[in-house]
Amino acid sequence: MTGVPTLNPFSPEAASIAHLFVAILLVMFSIFALVATLVTVAIIRYRDREGAVEARQEFGNPRLEIIWTVLPALLLVAIFIFTVRTIHASDPPVSGRAPDLRVIGHQWWWEADYLKSGIVAANEIHIPVGTPILLEVESADVIHDFWVPELGRKIDAIPGHPNHIWISAEKPGTYLGTCAEFCGNQHAWMRIVVIAQRPADFAAWQRRQLSVPPVPTAGVAAQGAQLFRDQTCVNCHTISGTPANQRIGPDLTHLAGRGTIAAGAAADTPANLFKWLKDPNSIKPETHMPNFQLTDAQARALVAYMETLK
Amino acid sequence: MSGLAVRVRAGEPSEAAAHRGLLAWVASVDHKQIGIMYMLSVLLFFALGGVEALLIRIQLAVPNNHLLDPDTFNQIFTMHGTTMIFLVVMPMLAGMSIYAIPLMIGARDVAFPRLNAMSFWLQLFGGILLYFSFFAGGAPNAGWFSYAPLSEPAYSFSNGLTYWVLALTCLGISSIAGAINMIVTIITLRVPGQTIRRLPLFVWMTLVNSFLILMALPVLNGALMLLLVDRLLNAHVFTPAFGGSALLWQHYFWGFGHPEVYIMILPAFGMISEVIPVFSGKPIYGYGFVAASTVAIAFLSFTVWAHHMFAVGMGHVYDLFFVFTSMAIAVPTGVKIFNWTVTLYHGRIRFTTSMMFALSFIVMFTIGGLTGVSFAVIPIDWQLTDTYYLVAHFHYVLFGGTALAIFAGLYYWFPKISGRMLDERIGRWHFWLTVSGLNLTFFLMHPLGMMGMPRRVYTYPDLPGWAILNMLSTIGAFVLLASVLVFLWNIYRSLTAGAIAGDNPWDAWTLEWATSSPPPPENFALVPPVNGRRPLWDLKYPDRADERVEAALEG
Repeated sequence: MTGVPTLNPFSPEAASIAHLFVAILLVMFSIFALVATLVTVAIIRYRDREGAVEARQEFGNPRLEIIWTVLPALLLVAIFIFTVRTIHASDPPVSGRAPDLRVIGHQWWWEADYLKSGIVAANEIHIPVGTPILLEVESADVIHDFWVPELGRKIDAIPGHPNHIWISAEKPGTYLGTCAEFCGNQHAWMRIVVIAQRPADFAAWQRRQLSVPPVPTAGVAAQGAQLFRDQTCVNCHTISGTPANQRIGPDLTHLAGRGTIAAGAAADTPANLFKWLKDPNSIKPETHMPNFQLTDAQARALVAYMETLK
Repeated sequence: MSGLAVRVRAGEPSEAAAHRGLLAWVASVDHKQIGIMYMLSVLLFFALGGVEALLIRIQLAVPNNHLLDPDTFNQIFTMHGTTMIFLVVMPMLAGMSIYAIPLMIGARDVAFPRLNAMSFWLQLFGGILLYFSFFAGGAPNAGWFSYAPLSEPAYSFSNGLTYWVLALTCLGISSIAGAINMIVTIITLRVPGQTIRRLPLFVWMTLVNSFLILMALPVLNGALMLLLVDRLLNAHVFTPAFGGSALLWQHYFWGFGHPEVYIMILPAFGMISEVIPVFSGKPIYGYGFVAASTVAIAFLSFTVWAHHMFAVGMGHVYDLFFVFTSMAIAVPTGVKIFNWTVTLYHGRIRFTTSMMFALSFIVMFTIGGLTGVSFAVIPIDWQLTDTYYLVAHFHYVLFGGTALAIFAGLYYWFPKISGRMLDERIGRWHFWLTVSGLNLTFFLMHPLGMMGMPRRVYTYPDLPGWAILNMLSTIGAFVLLASVLVFLWNIYRSLTAGAIAGDNPWDAWTLEWATSSPPPPENFALVPPVNGRRPLWDLKYPDRADERVEAALEG
């Protein structure tokens, strides 16, 4: 999924925008070329030099004025008509349907609640390929903006003002997106990944998400599970099958299955998790995840536990 | 000129002569001194805003950069935007108007000289108040439009935003007072004969612009007061969690913010409309249409604000209204571009530095205008708003537009202000460095935005193509730094060893060129008669005076 995402669409909605954009780029380029040529020709023909003709004292020509008022206006009317058509193609109406997925922007990560299956994911949104999904986009704090350019328009996540958009992907793949509205210190690392899967793969992903990972009973991982309960981790996070059920921070039930941590700030590897637990600021400065002054042994135990959360 | 004298309608006579040294400036109510002080204050804040811009570009030169921490970066880009808009562009345009307009209408001063001084000092101290926030716990960090609830104390704990509110309130009052002063000056103090249809276009556009300021800035100041009670008294006007509305702030802010865009460009249009005719040796093409299109832009500018909010989900009916008005406002803007361009035809174009900046303005501003139209096409806005494409767009408007026009105006009026010419050879260096730096820095931001880079990020992942484009853009910013240094060198050289200008070095034809350079405290001993738009032309070529030619053309 490289290249220029806004011109490289993977959904019918994004494609309708890309087509219009290419057309408008051509119109813009033509007008620019016209103005630049007019100025250049004037510079060459009418520059002051030996033997140049004296400037002609003229004051204007109403007919010409009307022409260059009306012609651009007509062009804009045409653009307006195409705009109206594309609005409906790129942002289809909700038509009273209940949303499939609620996406909630938090400082600085994304929560994704699958309203039918009950799955709660974070930062990575899995969708079945070829099926339009209706998103309800909200915010838990300040204004964010959900934007995955290859799949369609962006929409603000505004507290107290839920918005809806359709997304879909025509091909399986990983589509990168980001928060597009400035939302504070870590606006940069509030990235989104949409993973479009074939129906069978998506169903498998759903099954795994709905499973409850067993709580380890022996070894370092068990110490980690104990630490997770004893420390204040449970005050913010959820892990299914344990008493931890808070939704301030991301749901960690299937953390080990994700590609990144901290909304794209680092790859989800044991080494990065260790670093993150020891000092969250070293990975994502000024994140709301506190530094608990864990010892190396404690952090290692927690990482071992996290690695079991498949 | 004796025997052709016309009495000058006076504002209050200048008191400057009563003092000496620094006090002659601090205590001054002379419009020329106040105009110069405005421009000097701009120099200070332009240096600060420019350093902030360079810090932004240094931080973004490479991906995953940790040079600046995110909070510092957010303070810096907030201050860059706020500084360039409120402490550079607005006071620069105000300063140039305050200096030039009484001269252009043959007056001794503005209508309210003391109010004029108040405007300046409020402007200067408002700027200092804003920058004092750095020493009071941190600068504002919510961006120049400070969207709620991010700007509320729950999310922005330092006092920076409170300083921002108070400073902008001072600047708003200053601008409103300045606008009232300009309107009254232009309406009441014109020399006899200078009817509204004979006003130089810079005066015309400043007049329209002053009405815009008068209508738009109070909207901002009102909204700022609401944000202030939110921040200091927990009023929750803009906090949804307590029954307020986050979107309301956006409507208020852009209700001011879109007219503001035109407040920052109309006087620039005015300067271009002076410079291009003079150096083409012929009058502006379609004077009436250029003036009327300004009025159309002013009215329409109050109907387009929500095109800054297409991503908030207003509903398609509301969206379409603002799509329509935003496209409509492109028409009068296009009329201006065509009139400036056609003015060149059948002229005899003198390639002064001023003219080169004006010509490059036409081309560069066209880019900014066209990308603006692409944002009116709402599905494109849905993809590209809040990306670097938008950053590219408004820098082509404000740098490729306003800043180039200001340079054109400065090269044009500097000899009048200082009595000495700026060096044309150094001016050429300044011009080419500016235009190449501007395009290197900002053009590449269009593809960056199309590739998905959001604005206002302190760093970014190493996605294909992002690093190289950002690095080139940063190099462009340093080219711009070089261009500014060359310009400052030119000013210094001119003040110390520049050629003496004389009254009318450009063979221009508006009234400011009828007095000495620099003008005496009372501006004019005698003002030539005004029977048309180009009084000095008429004086020089009485047999080809505009009136006669126009009558002949119509007859």
